[in-house]
Amino acid sequence: MGIFRRDTERHKVLATGHVVPDSSRCVQCGICTYNCPIGIDVRAHVWRAEAVTRSECLTCGECVARCPRGVLRFEQTDLFVGRGA
Amino acid sequence: MRYTIIGTGVAGIAAIEAIRSVDPTGEIIMIGDDPHGFYSRPGLAYYLTGELHDKALYPRTAEDYRKLNFRYLKGRVTRILREGHTLEIDNKSQLPYDRLLIAVGAQAIPLEVPGANLEGVLKLDHMDDAKCILKFSQRWKTAIVVGGGITALELVEGLVSRGVRVHYLLRGDRYWSNVLDKQESHVVEHRLKEEGVTLHYHAEVIEVTGKNNRVNGVRLLDGRALKCDLLAYAIGIRPRTALARDAGLAIDRGILVNEFLQTNDPAIFAAGDVAQVYDPITGRSILDSLWGPAREQGYAAGLNMAGERMAYIKPAPFNVTRLAGLTTTIIGMVGRGRDDDLIGIARGDSETWRSLPDAIVAQTGFEVNRLRLLVGEKKLLGAIVMGDQTLSWPLQKLIAGGADISPIRAQLLAPSARIGDIVAEFWAGWRTQAVA
Repeated sequence: MGIFRRDTERHKVLATGHVVPDSSRCVQCGICTYNCPIGIDVRAHVWRAEAVTRSECLTCGECVARCPRGVLRFEQTDLFVGRGA
Repeated sequence: MRYTIIGTGVAGIAAIEAIRSVDPTGEIIMIGDDPHGFYSRPGLAYYLTGELHDKALYPRTAEDYRKLNFRYLKGRVTRILREGHTLEIDNKSQLPYDRLLIAVGAQAIPLEVPGANLEGVLKLDHMDDAKCILKFSQRWKTAIVVGGGITALELVEGLVSRGVRVHYLLRGDRYWSNVLDKQESHVVEHRLKEEGVTLHYHAEVIEVTGKNNRVNGVRLLDGRALKCDLLAYAIGIRPRTALARDAGLAIDRGILVNEFLQTNDPAIFAAGDVAQVYDPITGRSILDSLWGPAREQGYAAGLNMAGERMAYIKPAPFNVTRLAGLTTTIIGMVGRGRDDDLIGIARGDSETWRSLPDAIVAQTGFEVNRLRLLVGEKKLLGAIVMGDQTLSWPLQKLIAGGADISPIRAQLLAPSARIGDIVAEFWAGWRTQAVA
């Protein structure tokens, strides 16, 4: 399992994935929303246990990386099947 | 129907959402004495480190509140007059209720040594405390931190990140001894030292010394004296039960409630840090100081206040925190006994973590990434995941779901077992079965 394989996986996820929360880990601190470069209220999605499926989301990973409690992850989703969490 | 909620924390907000989900028209009043209303108290740690702005800690906008259609009153409830179903506000006005929720949380246990009221003695209970710490840390550059658990480390890390030299005093010989094992404590302490924190063991403060009404040092039980400009403490919290006690409600360590979050007065409910909740599975009443359970309890209480019947079944308590910069997840039962640095319960803490029956420990890890499992006869009883968090979510589900680990128990307990791999593989199969 090399770094390259992981990198390919990462690109695939960035292209077709969404930010998905595990709400039970969240304390609504707001670091995710605070760091979103386009101002999506990620925290509100987490409260409602919803994936960030808004088309403006760049899947840049700022919220995933900055969350101090590991609430957020990328999950590959099939856009043609459904948009839920 | 008039619903009244005392307290502006997450349990209260969740209760309002629950009530509104079944009763769109009933009158809801929230009353609280915290001038800052609803904000993320656990997020204060990240405000201290400078990872976010204080304004970012407020999850809701005025528009969000308007949609929930409730009235917010700023004030202190001074008495609950149960016979008349009335609250007394600020010793004068009265407010009637049909259903009442007490969700007033807990407060820091004060440091009770001579000199503890001097200027420069700090705690981290509320937004105002955090602002005070930030103000003082601009000018004063040597601090002593006493206490244990998560909040003490939040104080240490917040002060360090503001350029303050920190001395962390522990009463015993290691950090958080009734939740972490020796190696885990060592990992945390080692990382603190790398950040420049000076640790002092077997150090018990018996007096805070000062000059011109301002702290300038501490004296220890063994006669040592240390100089400092600030003293920050986190020695535990205590549920705010006075109001309920004065009203004659049943109290133990917190307000006693059944699994429907109902007190011994059927019109009065309690949820969150103030509530000591009956767990029908273990038959015990437990205190937690955790955001997730507070939200869930508030929600269940709200539904029950509105006439639904929803039992709150306590899940395996868990918390995710950063200990000296290391993400750590604590799940289920992991320790036992008492920690001399804390009185009772701390913020981000659960009494369940210290109720470990006989279990065998399986662990693996090097320096940073560590995994400790508490292996029962058929189930995993608890886990601590430090560093890499890949397994924390699976373990949370396996422990909460009571997964039968008989097929892998022997493997987990074999010498030098790769327990991470074993759990990952088992999880993959269990998850598929659970979905099917």
